[in-house]
Amino acid sequence: MIIVDKLHKGFGDVKVLKGISTSFEPGKTSLIIGQSGSGKTVFLKTLIGLHTPESGSISFDGRINTKFTTEEKRQWRQEIGMVFQGSALFDSQTVEENVMFPLKMFKKQTAEEMLERVNFVLKRVNLENSNHKFPAELSGGMQKRVAIARAIVMNPKYLFCDEPNSGLDPNTAILIDNLIQEITDEYQITTVINTHDMNSVMEIGEKIVFLKDGKKAWEGTKNEIFKTDNEAVVKFVYSSELFKKVRLAYLNETK
Amino acid sequence: MTYLGHAGKYFIMLGQVFKRPQKGRVFREALFKEFDELGLKSLGIVAFISFFIGGVIALQTALNIENPFIPQYLIGFATKRSVILEFAPTFCSIILAGKVGSYITSSIGTMRVTEQIDALEVMGINSLNHLVLPKVLATIFFYPFLIVLAMFLGIFGGWVAGLTSTMFSEIDYMQGVQLEFNPFLVKYALIKTLVFAFLIATVPSYHGYYVKGGSIAVGKASTQAVVWTIILIVIANYFLTQMLLT
Repeated sequence: MIIVDKLHKGFGDVKVLKGISTSFEPGKTSLIIGQSGSGKTVFLKTLIGLHTPESGSISFDGRINTKFTTEEKRQWRQEIGMVFQGSALFDSQTVEENVMFPLKMFKKQTAEEMLERVNFVLKRVNLENSNHKFPAELSGGMQKRVAIARAIVMNPKYLFCDEPNSGLDPNTAILIDNLIQEITDEYQITTVINTHDMNSVMEIGEKIVFLKDGKKAWEGTKNEIFKTDNEAVVKFVYSSELFKKVRLAYLNETK
Repeated sequence: MTYLGHAGKYFIMLGQVFKRPQKGRVFREALFKEFDELGLKSLGIVAFISFFIGGVIALQTALNIENPFIPQYLIGFATKRSVILEFAPTFCSIILAGKVGSYITSSIGTMRVTEQIDALEVMGINSLNHLVLPKVLATIFFYPFLIVLAMFLGIFGGWVAGLTSTMFSEIDYMQGVQLEFNPFLVKYALIKTLVFAFLIATVPSYHGYYVKGGSIAVGKASTQAVVWTIILIVIANYFLTQMLLT
C-alpha cells in the first residue's frame, strides 16, 4: 500500500503539488486524473522518486522513501515497474533485450532462466514472436505492451503508468487498460495510472484521484464519479456530450 | 547558466560517471559496443583523411622549397614532424570531435527526451555511469591506436605523393622520415590523444545528458557539443604543448 501524506513539490517559485494526501491499495487500479498542468506527471514522478518532495512523505508498505538508505533505495527501485508515456524502450535493443535488461542488471540468473522469464511475460502481454524486433518496427500499441512486459518482468509490487493510452486507437487503448487491470489483479500489484482518457476512468477506475491546481480536488471510485456533484470533476470528466449522456443514463438507471 | 556553472555541473557529472559499474557483464557488453561505434567505425574516415593530408603536406613542403641548397630529404622530415606532432593527434581529434561528438550527444540526448534515461533511473541504475563510462573507456583505449594508424598513413601518404608526382624522390623522402627520430614526440602525441579522447567522450555526453526539450534541442545540443569539444581540444593542445615541449 502506498500512503501519500501532505506532499509538496515545486520548481523554484512555482509550486506544483500543494499538500496532496491520498493512498493506493494493492490489487487495485488507481487513476490520477486532471487537466493538463494540474500536476499529475510531477505527482507520478515524485511517487517514483524522480523528483524529491519539498515536504510531506510517501510511504511504501510502511517504508518512507525519503528516509531510505542507499541499499533500501536500491531494493525499493527493484519493486517498482514504470510504463512511460512514450514507452521509453531502448532504441538500440530488441524487444527481448529490452525486457531482459532489468533481469541482467539485478538478477543472478542464467541466460536460459532469463529468456524463459522474458518469454513468459511477453506471452502474458500477448506479444509472442516479436523477440528480435526493434522498437521502431513495432506499432504504438505493441510498444506499450513491451513497456508493460519490461515493467512487470521483475515481479514489481508497485506499477506506475504515465498516460499508457496516449496516441493509441480506442480498441488498442481498451486492450492496454484491460491488460494492466488483469496484471494488477493477478499479481496483486499496487497500480497507479496517470491518464487523460475518460474511457479508462469508466473502465478500470477502481480508485480515482482528481487533481486541480496541484491539489487533490476529489477522490472516489468509477461509480462514485457518476454521482458526484463536485463541480470541477463534473466539468472535467463530462466535458463531452457523449459522457454527459452516459452519466445521465447511469443516473436514470440507478434512480 | 554561467560558464562556471556549466563547469561545476560537468565535474559533478564526472563524479557520477567514475563509479564502479553495477553489473560487470552488462558493462563489458556496453564497452565492446562502444569500441565498435566510437572506434572501429571511425577507422575509415581517419585512414582516408590521414593518407591524403600526409600527401598534401609532402606536396606543399616540396612546392615551398625552391632553394637548391635545402636538401630534398627535408620534405620527408617535415612531413613526419607535422604528422606526428600536430596532424595525427590534434587534427584527427578535431575530426573525431565532429563525427563521434555529434553521435554521442544525439544518442544520449534522444534518450533524455524520450524518457529512456528516466527509465534507467527508475530501475535504480546510475544512468551516467551506465551510459558515459563505456564511452570514455572506449575512446581512451582505442584512440591511441587510431592516432598511431593516422601517423603511419600520413607518412605513407607523403611517400605515395612523391612516387606519383615526381616533385621529390621517395628515397630522399624516406631518408628524411628516418632522420633524427625522437621517440618522445610520439609519446607527446599519445599523451595529447588521451586528453583529447577524454574530452571527445565527456563533453558531448554532458551536452546530451542535460538537454531539455525535443528534437530541435537535441540538434542544437549536438552542434554546441562539437563546438565546445573543439574549443577545449585547441585550448588543451596549447597548454599540453607548452607543458611537454618547452
